[in-house]
Amino acid sequence: MTLTFAATLPARGFDVELDVAEGRTLALLGPNGAGKSTTLGLVAGTLRPHDGHVTLDGRTLVRADGGRTRTWVPPHDRHVALLAQEPLLFPHLSVRQNVAFGPRSQGARRRTADAAADRRLEQVGLAHLADRAPSTLSGGQAQRVAVARALAAEPRLLLLDEPMAALDVDVTPELRQTLRHLLEGQTAVITTHDVLDALLLADEVAVVEDGRVVERGPTAQVLSRPRSTFAATIAGLNLLAGTWTGDGVLTTTGEVVRGRTPPDGIATGTPTTAVFRPAAVAVYLDEQHGSPRNAFRATVRSLEPRGDLVRVRTDRLAADLTPQSAAELSLVPGAQVWLSVKAAEVDVYPA
Amino acid sequence: MRAPTRSTGEAAVGLPRWAFVPAAVGGLFVLLPLVAMATRVDWSSYWGLITSESARAALLLSLQTSAASTVACLVLGVPMALVLARCRFPGIDLLRSLVMVPLVLPPVVGGIALLYTFGRRGLLGETLEVAGLQVAFSTTAVVLAQTFVALPFLVTSLEGALRTAGARYEMVAASLGARPTTVLRRVTLPLVWPGLLSGAVLSFARALGEFGATITFAGSLQGVTRTLPLEIYLQRETDPDAAVALSLLLVVVAVLVIAATRRERGPL
Amino acid sequence: MRTPLAAGVAALAVMALAGCGASASGTGDAGTTTLTVFAAASLKGSFEDLAAQFEAAHEGVDVQLSFAGSSDLVAQIQQGAPADVFASADTANMDKLVADDLVGDPQDFATNTLEIAVPPGNPAGVETLADLASPGVKLVLCAPEVPCGAASAKVADAAGLDLRPVSEEQSVTDVLGKVTAGEADAGLVYVTDVAAAGDDVEGVELPESAEAVNTYPIAPVADSDRAELARQFVDLVLSSEGQQTLAGFGFAAP
Repeated sequence: MTLTFAATLPARGFDVELDVAEGRTLALLGPNGAGKSTTLGLVAGTLRPHDGHVTLDGRTLVRADGGRTRTWVPPHDRHVALLAQEPLLFPHLSVRQNVAFGPRSQGARRRTADAAADRRLEQVGLAHLADRAPSTLSGGQAQRVAVARALAAEPRLLLLDEPMAALDVDVTPELRQTLRHLLEGQTAVITTHDVLDALLLADEVAVVEDGRVVERGPTAQVLSRPRSTFAATIAGLNLLAGTWTGDGVLTTTGEVVRGRTPPDGIATGTPTTAVFRPAAVAVYLDEQHGSPRNAFRATVRSLEPRGDLVRVRTDRLAADLTPQSAAELSLVPGAQVWLSVKAAEVDVYPA
Repeated sequence: MRAPTRSTGEAAVGLPRWAFVPAAVGGLFVLLPLVAMATRVDWSSYWGLITSESARAALLLSLQTSAASTVACLVLGVPMALVLARCRFPGIDLLRSLVMVPLVLPPVVGGIALLYTFGRRGLLGETLEVAGLQVAFSTTAVVLAQTFVALPFLVTSLEGALRTAGARYEMVAASLGARPTTVLRRVTLPLVWPGLLSGAVLSFARALGEFGATITFAGSLQGVTRTLPLEIYLQRETDPDAAVALSLLLVVVAVLVIAATRRERGPL
Repeated sequence: MRTPLAAGVAALAVMALAGCGASASGTGDAGTTTLTVFAAASLKGSFEDLAAQFEAAHEGVDVQLSFAGSSDLVAQIQQGAPADVFASADTANMDKLVADDLVGDPQDFATNTLEIAVPPGNPAGVETLADLASPGVKLVLCAPEVPCGAASAKVADAAGLDLRPVSEEQSVTDVLGKVTAGEADAGLVYVTDVAAAGDDVEGVELPESAEAVNTYPIAPVADSDRAELARQFVDLVLSSEGQQTLAGFGFAAP
């Protein structure tokens, strides 16, 4: 069972191609407005593409060209279940009736549907709430019921649109574990901001920026070796892109960045990426001479607490300092600083 | 003077004290005429006046036709409200305004318009007569007149409720595999039930009180087309006591209907 | 510049009050005198004519006519409406005011009888009173509670007929309206109504109409501020010119 997706919406600057193999979960990462929800909308059937097609299990759900839709399967026939940020449990039905909604709509009898509902509620650990009204549930409980409801409909594809975004931070780990368990064997696409969602739930990651896919690959690979700024940010890494000069990475701003290269080397002229952790970055007020380090000029933009460290965001890179160091340097937004990082802490690889 | 408080400890916010004066005036303006009517009633003969043969026939006819037109309003009005709330096509605003026309049209004018449409020499009259359907002077005409004036109440009420509710739940239901009719039946309508009910009650009350269009279009004959408002109007000619008694009866019936449905859905 | 403005406003106020005072007294060299005449709806054409004649003969007098169903007019006068003259379509309504001492002595000034009105071309082929009772004929009558309805009932009873109308209208105007629209095949209205409707209806003579003759009385309203003028108006209606006018509209002599 696979999903293939290729669609454009010129009016939104949207042009995305992706696919998901049977039983696998794809995470769509990207900043707000990048096109993640648009992608889900096109798959679910709430949006029509200008050009393109979406097929699921070899069945064409929609095909369009030149702004005209040639083939169209209405949402209720697609076997694609959508789970949104808000649980959207039907307020006038009980929890069990909510979960049983899918099976009943597809023709199952009341008793069969209720039994299926109870099983799903058991899976999410909420069987004891089956007779409650949705308004009496907490946010986390409601979202879990929503998951049970979506799965009870036995969809061929499950779409999750930032499912954890509206929940309290202390509730999300539990829901994440539940989802991890339930998504086994289920083909799914999940959009998220949170790197933990991607790490724990997704087999593959696609990074969407400005309506286009800029990066694609297995989760661990993308997050440890990001090739796009957003992926780097989300992975908590600094990223600089440029061309390999044979000695270092020549960035667009003229610096040469040196670092550790892959064992089989890189051909001169290849586009390359250099990444390094903020914790490896040192901050100085003056230029440091005579040190085999990469150095960059930067302007401080903001300072924010990060556990017991302070993250200094500049116009180009981020650095993590102890609060004392930050105080000693009297760092304030607008201050001109020099950032340096050892070559040994930089990873360079082809883009 | 402290701000008005409710028993739960909430204080009324956003209610300047001077507002009570015009509010009281407005309330009295509506209540006093009813009280004035009640004082004019000859209570000793009240029961006899409202149980006369003509009164009973008129009340029964009124209740039957109002119920029938409320049903007609629901059958036609619910789809209309759905289309107006959910569709977007050029001209929809014009359509919405046209649907409101019976609200601003004097009922007699509505009756004349219906006559020109369904009357013997009307637009559809000849076709209907050939088909064997005589509309004029029939109870059907009464129901048509009442539906014509009451429909906008239901459509506006429901359209407003549908717009507020949005379509998010419907999208979820569709993604769970529910066909559009199932979505309508199990999700949309239950969620706008209060708006639907209040619209139906308004339509019923309007149909019950309808006079101008009925008398112009349907005529006036006991048991066939003479509804309670028409009966009251006729009684004014000879028996003002009966007219007042029946007027009070009509008010009571309307109030009962509204009160019964309000209790069912609790505080608005 | 406030004094001239204040003076102007004061002057206007004085003139307005003077004007009110003048009309209340009923006489006055400045402005016109208004005579309010309440008349039954069927008297519309004829009384408009008579009012014009009266205004021509009495300079400075403006006759205000109010036409409605006789029982409506009675109710208004009972509630204190400012009428000076009342002309009713039947004696029953006038008697209500006599009983309340609200009018002077009434005098009969015209009679009216019924006639069958049919749409042009007489589609249902109605020729006699008996035809009105035929099953296929859509007949519209006045409700028995109004004068023309009472007359229709009397005529039908006298002929031993059981008339089954499809609608009992509140006024003659409504009956006529249904006939002219073609909704009804026939209706029973006054002779004067058929005459006034011109080409919109055809009349079928009704010999049996003699069974129910409606007598129209007229009386000055008591406690009127223009008692003299009211009496003069009544005199005009009863005079030979007034009677001729009424005859022109189809009324018969009292």
